[in-house]
Amino acid sequence: MIEFHLDTRSGVAPYLQIVQQVKQALHLGRLEVGDQLPTVREVIAQITINPNTVFKAYRELEREGLVTSRQGQGTFVQRTLASTSLASQAALRQSLLQWLQSAYEAGLDGESVLALLLSTFQETQKEETA
Amino acid sequence: MSTVLETTGLSKRYGRTWALQDCTLALPSGRVAALVGPNGAGKTTLLLLCVGLLDPTAGSVQVFGRSPHQQAAETLPRLSFVAQDHPLYKDFTVSDLLTLGRRLNPRWDDALARARMQHLGIPLTRPTGKLSGGQQAQVALVLALAKRPDLLLLDEPLASLDPLARRDFLRTLMDAQLETGQTVLLSSHIIGDLERVCDYLIILSAAHVQLAGDINEIARTHKRLVGPRQDVAAIARVHTIIETSHTARQTTLLVRTSGPIVDTSWEVQEASLEDIVLAYLTQQAAEATKATERMQAPLPAAQEPQGLEQEIEEVEL
Repeated sequence: MIEFHLDTRSGVAPYLQIVQQVKQALHLGRLEVGDQLPTVREVIAQITINPNTVFKAYRELEREGLVTSRQGQGTFVQRTLASTSLASQAALRQSLLQWLQSAYEAGLDGESVLALLLSTFQETQKEETA
Repeated sequence: MSTVLETTGLSKRYGRTWALQDCTLALPSGRVAALVGPNGAGKTTLLLLCVGLLDPTAGSVQVFGRSPHQQAAETLPRLSFVAQDHPLYKDFTVSDLLTLGRRLNPRWDDALARARMQHLGIPLTRPTGKLSGGQQAQVALVLALAKRPDLLLLDEPLASLDPLARRDFLRTLMDAQLETGQTVLLSSHIIGDLERVCDYLIILSAAHVQLAGDINEIARTHKRLVGPRQDVAAIARVHTIIETSHTARQTTLLVRTSGPIVDTSWEVQEASLEDIVLAYLTQQAAEATKATERMQAPLPAAQEPQGLEQEIEEVEL
């Protein structure tokens, strides 16, 4: 069973944080097809959150076809995001390690690496949405 | 979606001081709304107007479409109000209070009240004055919930609680929310926990409503912009600037957007709810100081920043 957490300083809406955490678990294979998501009552017990926020998050996941809700039973994973990417992840991780190595050799420290990664990543996101 | 609480130009004056001015709001049913603002902003006054304990000086307030002051018999059975510091009869046992609640309220849910008290581990035979602060807050909340209200008003319910008691209190409230879908309006000057539990936000400061709306919508339309130091006139023509700060090289803005940010010299970041609320309150405080300065121009500098806090302290009940 997945457990949620909430970062209220991030500026990311709580319902989106739940959506993102489910997707991340799907990407990493921690959630598989048929797994049940926590009930709204369980999420309230975990992270003290407005039930409407959880409903909104689950509806969003359902709209994207990732989960399905069965009347009176709960919400279940319908599709996983891991299958296509898990195989290539090891190779990608290897090349990322090589890139990191050359960044450190070039004299960048951890913070500069993160800043560079983040700003480059955000640029690619912008191009995608533009 | 129907509206549970509606105010139009609602104003309240104590003597020569306006505690609330021209407040227009419509709270949709089923929402959990946070009413935030500094001490003395008029939060308590607004809540007291909503429960009919005060009569407006001007404008109107309607609860379930009726005036809570003039039509109390129709409105009061459907609403619960927990005043600041959750007052209880200290010599009464919890059990006494449950009896009192049952006798006084036609829609009283005794089973719910007893189940909640048991769940919270609150001894029924103890006088409420002998319970911890957190337990007293829980008892007040359970009594308010057992009335099965359509509208629940809470005045600073979190202020006197430690972080753990605060979380327990909110969990009880959210459990009830899941079961009943009641409408809640709670005032607070603590912003941290509100983002979890509230889906509607009302910012009140210096007797005026600064912002009111769906919390996700507010989060979506407010952004922090960071860019090289520059004149902000161009961006101010398209978006509303709430807060501006400059360093030698960098300009940082908090804006309410009215569309996508197209100017690529700005890096667009998410703003947390706390940042947004503080930006509105800071903006209001700055304007109030300016107004005070204009009014008090001949006075020596030492007396100038007689701003919000002092002026408004008199107003708070």
